[in-house]
Amino acid sequence: MTPRIVIVGGSLGGLRAAEQLRVHGWSGELTVVGAEAHLPYNRPPLSKNVLVAPDASALSATELVNYPGVALRRRAHVEDVSWVTGTEVTGAVLADRVVHTADGRTLAYDGLVVATGLRPRRLPIDGFGSQRHVLRTLDDAIALREQLTTGASVVVVGGGFIGCEVAASARRAGCRVSVVEPFVAPMLRPLGSELARTLQTFHEEQGVVFELGRSVSALIGRPSDLETLGTVILDDGTELEADVLVEAVGSRPNVEWLDGNGLDLSDGVLCDNLMRVEGRGEVVAVGDVARFPNPRFDSTPRRVEHWCVPADTAQRAATTLLRGLSPADSGAEAPAPFAPLPAFWSDQFDVRIQGFGRTDHADRIEVLEGGFAPGWASDGVVVGYFRESTMTGVVIAGGTPAQRLRHKALLEAVG
Amino acid sequence: MKVTVDTGVCADHGQCIFSAPKVFQFDDDGRLVWEPAPDESLRASVEEAADVCPVQAIRVDD
Repeated sequence: MTPRIVIVGGSLGGLRAAEQLRVHGWSGELTVVGAEAHLPYNRPPLSKNVLVAPDASALSATELVNYPGVALRRRAHVEDVSWVTGTEVTGAVLADRVVHTADGRTLAYDGLVVATGLRPRRLPIDGFGSQRHVLRTLDDAIALREQLTTGASVVVVGGGFIGCEVAASARRAGCRVSVVEPFVAPMLRPLGSELARTLQTFHEEQGVVFELGRSVSALIGRPSDLETLGTVILDDGTELEADVLVEAVGSRPNVEWLDGNGLDLSDGVLCDNLMRVEGRGEVVAVGDVARFPNPRFDSTPRRVEHWCVPADTAQRAATTLLRGLSPADSGAEAPAPFAPLPAFWSDQFDVRIQGFGRTDHADRIEVLEGGFAPGWASDGVVVGYFRESTMTGVVIAGGTPAQRLRHKALLEAVG
Repeated sequence: MKVTVDTGVCADHGQCIFSAPKVFQFDDDGRLVWEPAPDESLRASVEEAADVCPVQAIRVDD
């Protein structure tokens, strides 16, 4: 029988894993099983163009999968991959090398790639489902897009990158926008207080209202129609008018289908630096569901929710899996440590915030170039994040593309 | 190998320049310029550049 690798997860990580397995010589069967109805697509535009670009406004999900920026390039190598879409994998028995699907199928594998990603967390409050939104999938974006109408009151819960991007898009759509955030500034943890405060002011100048240090305590219907959401009540009693509620309060890994196999699933699936799951040669993980150590920083395994992680980890996982499936090659020398440079970006209104490295555990934050005086958005401000005197991260807000690249190069040289 | 970039989609992330510096560069005005017919020996880096483009604006044809 032809050997088969099953990839569970049909998004960016699943696609890149399939491509890398073919690039590195896998000639057996490749089956990708994805819960979403669509073939893999690119998520970053979902919080931006898909919500507000005039030429995207009337497009269906099927059309949006091919919309510029949303369409994912697929390498020619994956033309013969079997895509099983709209199918959730509900269980796995690693000892028997099988996975089970929600529609009752059992798929046997020789190699398994875990690429099931994340799903959004929800507020622990019931009710008003049709006015409450999250943003992870294309279908989520389409449902939200339809409610971002001129004059609508939108309350975004969570002032992280996604919350702030949605707030900016909703303002562009002509909505009235409040952002409820438990910390004292938006995007505080990844950016530090000075840059976070600057971006807060920038959003306020565009009409976004922040409710900082606050959380949601209740949702109330309209006096005229109790079934329709009308008011969001905060923990200090503040009442916010709300036609639309967006919950951007983080994500949780999709790992329940791996229960019962004795794995450490406490925060994603625990991997070693080769992206092997629990030291198994025939099971690897890719993307933001994988918790792996990055020796660029330390030996603590972490999940990383950046866009570049699926591609980086897929390369590593593919070579690991093929080595595990071909014992004849196992005499080859051990590969070099896997130490990818984290990279992230966020586009809010017309400003890009681009970061490299680790910025969330700094003991010192220093402006390297420019400053926070008016004009920072066009001149660019460059902020360095240091830990024990070593620069571990850099963020460039505004400025020019060449400026951003120069600082990535600097950090790569340091790291 | 033929490389095309949809400049209407390109958002100046510059990730391609790190993956394939012999093929992609910013010019003095900060605009992306690229070699439309790079040597086959650069294929792996060009394919990677297309993979890591955050807006997927790069096309590679044989």
